Amino acid sequence: MTITEFTPYAGVLGGALIGLAAVILMATVGRIMGATGIFRGLLTTNFDEAFRWRLVFIVGLLIGTAWTGLFTGAAHSISFVSNNYIIVIGGLLVGAGTTLGNGCTSGHGICGISRFSKRSVLATCVFMVVAIITVFIVRHILGIS
Amino acid sequence: MRKIFVLLSGLLFGAGLTISGMVNPAKILNFLDLTGQFDATLIFVMGTGLIITTLGYQLIFKRGKPFFDTEFHLPTSEIIDTKLIAGAAMFGLGWGLSGFCPGPAIASLVFGYQQSLIFVAAMIVGTLLARLIPVTTKLD
Repeated sequence: MTITEFTPYAGVLGGALIGLAAVILMATVGRIMGATGIFRGLLTTNFDEAFRWRLVFIVGLLIGTAWTGLFTGAAHSISFVSNNYIIVIGGLLVGAGTTLGNGCTSGHGICGISRFSKRSVLATCVFMVVAIITVFIVRHILGIS
Repeated sequence: MRKIFVLLSGLLFGAGLTISGMVNPAKILNFLDLTGQFDATLIFVMGTGLIITTLGYQLIFKRGKPFFDTEFHLPTSEIIDTKLIAGAAMFGLGWGLSGFCPGPAIASLVFGYQQSLIFVAAMIVGTLLARLIPVTTKLD
């Protein structure tokens, strides 16, 4: 496993930008900034307004990441789990789970909790606890990184 | 005008995920690893994000409607059911295995690593499979 440095100041700055992004999206077009819903909305053959604003958001997300990545060196510090099969299983579970549960870290974790949604508070507690248990089992019981 | 603000929101989301290091799966996994390589950064990201969004939402909702739309598009369901809990649990399992959730996974595509591409491709398949289950909620 890769050791990462605890970076609270960068965390606070990044978190503030994420919050600002969520507030802007709600203030202007009245939408929840949930990566799950926005991504799901692109998997369609109906290219209407509901598709188009989501596409614009994802284009912004990609440009914002690429541009910031240029001066934070994010591209070089990124580190993945070593087994590609685990990445495939992870991707399948994340895709199916966020679709069934109707949200992820951004939609439930940030936007849902911020509007005091009981569903989001519960979903966030569930995915946090399950993810912590998963990492504990993978790293400390099975001993794989 | 609408689209410029949506683009700005996306830009800031991407910048925030990148500056905070949340695009790096290793940082997520170390946050989840409470008894091992614990890295508490995620709590600072989420905490700050929550404070700003909660305060911002209060102001916006008081206004009654968004600037460039006739209404807020908010989820109306308040039902706590098996689907919500099972879905969240599946997501937690996938997140804990891979260190990726949807936003950072998509964002990380710009760095050009095959792992990002594999994950997002699998995520698309997972999403489409879940859609075959008739109880899946339709998007507005």
